[in-house]
Amino acid sequence: MLDQIRDLYQEVVFDHNRNPRNFRVMEDATRTIDGFNPLCGDRITLYVKLKDGIIEDVSFQGSGCAISTASASLMTEIVRGQTEAEAEHLFELFHRITTGKNGDEVNLDEIGKLAVLAGVRAYPARVKCATLAWHSLQAALKDDHATVSTE
Amino acid sequence: MSRVPHPRFDLEQAIRDFPILDQTINGHPLVYLDNAASTQKPLQVIDTVSDVYRKDYANVHRGVHTLSQRATDRFEGAREKVQKFIHAQHAHEIIFVRGATEAINLVAQSFARPRLAAGDEILITAMEHHSNIVPWQMVAEATGAKLRVAPMSYEGELLMDAFIGLLNPRTRLVSVSHMSNALGTINPVREIVREAHDRGIPVLLDGAQAAPHLAVDVTELDCDFYAFSGHKLYGPSGIGVLYGKEALLKAMPPYQGGGDMIRQVTFEASVYNDLPYKFEAGTPSIADAVGLGAAIDYIENLGIDSIAAHEEALLAYATEEALKIPGLRIIGTAAEKGAILSFTLDRIHPHDIGTLLDQLGIAIRAGHHCAMPVMDFYQVPATARASFALYNTEADVDTLMGGLREVIRLFG
Repeated sequence: MLDQIRDLYQEVVFDHNRNPRNFRVMEDATRTIDGFNPLCGDRITLYVKLKDGIIEDVSFQGSGCAISTASASLMTEIVRGQTEAEAEHLFELFHRITTGKNGDEVNLDEIGKLAVLAGVRAYPARVKCATLAWHSLQAALKDDHATVSTE
Repeated sequence: MSRVPHPRFDLEQAIRDFPILDQTINGHPLVYLDNAASTQKPLQVIDTVSDVYRKDYANVHRGVHTLSQRATDRFEGAREKVQKFIHAQHAHEIIFVRGATEAINLVAQSFARPRLAAGDEILITAMEHHSNIVPWQMVAEATGAKLRVAPMSYEGELLMDAFIGLLNPRTRLVSVSHMSNALGTINPVREIVREAHDRGIPVLLDGAQAAPHLAVDVTELDCDFYAFSGHKLYGPSGIGVLYGKEALLKAMPPYQGGGDMIRQVTFEASVYNDLPYKFEAGTPSIADAVGLGAAIDYIENLGIDSIAAHEEALLAYATEEALKIPGLRIIGTAAEKGAILSFTLDRIHPHDIGTLLDQLGIAIRAGHHCAMPVMDFYQVPATARASFALYNTEADVDTLMGGLREVIRLFG
């Protein structure tokens, strides 16, 4: 009955929700940031180890819905090893995909595995769940110490 | 076999009275279970609001012309309906406001604030909605008063001994929800009022959840203030009520300044109008107030006790069925409880539940229900909440439970 909404809740999302990747505290992180989505109560602590402008390692802890957990998990997989500029570019693309209007097309190939979350644009109330981890990453890269809130 | 007895009113007719219910959402017939957030409106209310604008609309209390008189009559007629509905002694004890939130803010700013000094206390409970927390934090900050919070049990029941223990000579006001929006708990308000009054402390009851589901008698309760919203009572949004005892309202300064609340204005000073107009600055939400009156007529026609009995039967059935679902935990299990089923599922976030149920046409609330301290108490980020109204049925409960099983299956 619910199978028609697999466009958002795809198997990849369930998999990353059940077994989030890089779900750990990082003792030697160079940047640590807390993100909070007051609407859902999603909380994330994002750990980033930056060296010479490269994201050497990234991990997270926290609790949230399947969309926010899967998004954080996928993000940590994809940005590890990227330069700050590359991660920033990916954030822009991801943001456009999840919040974009029709006609504002982006090439899903460019974002690889993140494309599974593109379906969230059909659920405006849930977009913030998908972008929480990314906003946190952006704040971490800017070394902004304030808690990130999606509100 | 039917598990929820047929109510004492005509349920099939009542469902037909709410045109919005007759639609499909995402290809499924709508099952609306977000009534604690806002209820739907019967034709009788929709038509009344429309009728005011079509036939009897002008500004109230000032025109000498016929339409203004008709609008005033309908507006004041609604005030009398509210008065009778909650059994207030006088119509001028009924102040029209935007909703329960504004009613509480009015009391906070106009009653509490001038009376509070540093070290004074306002007592609330651990299960309050943000609208019965934040206004008090604001006056506390402005006056140096302290906000005290009476604890609750794991079941979500107010710990009465602890509550009484917190009443002291510095307590200036008690403000308690009659029924909790996040848990459904119905508080022992008679006892609360009695204990506070024994010590000379006035009491505000936040009736936003209780008024649509319980017979409210402010005279018998002897509360000093009672606040509720029209939109949770099958009436329009943007209209609500503050009831206050005449003597207290008379002694309070106005909340806002403007037209309608004055008797005479010079640039040096103004003479304030009588109750209730002193608290109704500016043009009120005229048609919506009349619509609230129509909602009260609708409820009284069905019978508030009959509605309460039906909702109680729905809650009992829903609770029993919910407990059969593996991994479901009910948040809020007070012995005295209104028709609110707040719950969590193992390893499935309430927002995922909400989005997935919506795909099946089932509308529930997922989130913190504007009661973040309650979520903290239960150490959950959020809950899913199904809340029932007069038009809900046993079949709605079955659809909800089927939907939850489907969600669990999908998450694997």
